[in-house]
Amino acid sequence: MIQTRALTRSFRIKKGVVEAVRGLDLSVSEGELVAFLGPNGAGKSTSLRMLTSLLSPTSGTAVVAGHDVVREPAQVRRHIGYLGQGNNAGHLYEPRDELYNQGRFYGMDRRAARRRADELLTDFDLAPMARRRVGSLSGGQRRRLDIALALVHRPRLLFLDEPSTGLDPQSRAHIWQHIRRLHELHGTTISFSTHYLEEADQYAGRVLIIDNGRVVADDRPERLKEQQASDCITVTTGDEESARHAATVGEQVPGAHGATVDGKTVRLRLGDGAAGLPEYLRALEAAGVKALTAELSRPTLDDVFLNLTGRRLRETAAEQESGEA
Amino acid sequence: MKTVTDTGIAFAREMVPELRAPIALAVNAVLPLLFLALFGPLLTSTPGIGEGSPWQWFLPGILVLLALSGTAGAGANLLMEINSGSFERMLVTPMNRTALLAGRTLKEVLTLAAQGVLLILVLLPTSFELFPLGALAGLVLLATFGVGLGALSFTLAVLARKQEQVFYLVQQACFLPLMLLSGVLLPMSLAPSWLYTVSRFNPVAHIVEAERALFAGRFAEPAVLYGGVCALAIAGLGLFFGARVMRDVRV
Repeated sequence: MIQTRALTRSFRIKKGVVEAVRGLDLSVSEGELVAFLGPNGAGKSTSLRMLTSLLSPTSGTAVVAGHDVVREPAQVRRHIGYLGQGNNAGHLYEPRDELYNQGRFYGMDRRAARRRADELLTDFDLAPMARRRVGSLSGGQRRRLDIALALVHRPRLLFLDEPSTGLDPQSRAHIWQHIRRLHELHGTTISFSTHYLEEADQYAGRVLIIDNGRVVADDRPERLKEQQASDCITVTTGDEESARHAATVGEQVPGAHGATVDGKTVRLRLGDGAAGLPEYLRALEAAGVKALTAELSRPTLDDVFLNLTGRRLRETAAEQESGEA
Repeated sequence: MKTVTDTGIAFAREMVPELRAPIALAVNAVLPLLFLALFGPLLTSTPGIGEGSPWQWFLPGILVLLALSGTAGAGANLLMEINSGSFERMLVTPMNRTALLAGRTLKEVLTLAAQGVLLILVLLPTSFELFPLGALAGLVLLATFGVGLGALSFTLAVLARKQEQVFYLVQQACFLPLMLLSGVLLPMSLAPSWLYTVSRFNPVAHIVEAERALFAGRFAEPAVLYGGVCALAIAGLGLFFGARVMRDVRV
């Protein structure tokens, strides 16, 4: 569905040239659900905008839905659905108007466009708001309408640029329910960008971690966590000496990558924490160290990001937000 | 062919809010109505406006003012849609891009013509004398001017999308001199010669004079030719630049 080779995009700004995307090589097959995960400014949107023909690449090629984005933008547009970061629907319109207009934009006749509009209003639980002004809808309702607009022509390939940013948790869950249904029921190929790691982890079958215009990792989320980060066992002891002792014991546990002591707390990193935890506790008992509490934590994509870039995704996002404000 | 069909579809979308709330159309005509009602009578004994009803002289200018104040601001709506994201969505559809702009322009022109007709109807019961053919030609001239103004306004909106204030700044900076130098409110023949000379370089002044000739039922005048050429030139420039910015627009 998507094939790119050495796709780049740079922008000229006052102080010089910004390379937003530095060589994207990507191959997405039919039916995949792919997340572009990275901090703001990593190049996620720029990548999506090149793939949707909104932005021409500085160099490289991209074939989307069987058509070259530079040579046949009209063919690409016919076959894809796109949800931008803004609102798809005009604020002065009613949801039904815009769904109808969108059908007409894709070449449907009036009757077909009207029928499709009503169908989508029902599918996305928007029928009660069909005749309200878009500007007066809630954020979640508006976002649902945005997705419905992107689906009017039943595209096999869908691009979603931060589909749930700025929504409350309940609306986010609702949006994702719709996106997943689309993927499961119709086998729609979906690429979405996000800076919420939970979203990439929970919903995507494949995650591209993007940083500074490059893809730094590309795999199933479970595999990424397995390979790029480790489980962590945290044990607390009664005093600092026991903690140090516990660390030495921990390093002997098979599969352990190392232990750190912090006061009365020991952190042990290891590959398979579920199997390692009972083993570690038995070893501690045998060594006469009394563990007061024991906790196992699995790695998150944030740990993967940290391992790959040396920074935390959360911190990067927070820094940027305070920088912008 | 696709361009024509797509223009129709884009036009239909633009018309929806207008048809839903036709009152907006009338509200936009309030400013010129006020001019007609409160300024028109002041002109009664002004030299240079000819015999007969002052409205005979004043209406054509007011129509042009309507285009300058309304149609030229059409880009503000587009700017809003660019910033909200709905314009981007249209750019990702297979719609012909020139048609997206042409449909918008068409709606602006139709609105302008409808407001023009409204003003004429308001004046009919007064001493205003209607020359049907002249008035029709005057509206066609006005529509041609409107095509150019609308398209230029959209072009400006696209160019200024990153800095909204630039749009309003340029629009205001153009509006006042173009209006003051066009003789909409008072005849340019009253102006000192330097001011009159400057006004000759203002295409809007020629369009106003052409409108006045046409609304008086006079076709065979050089003013009509000059005004027509100016309106056509502005329409041509607007469509040329409009099509150009739309071709490689990114928002």
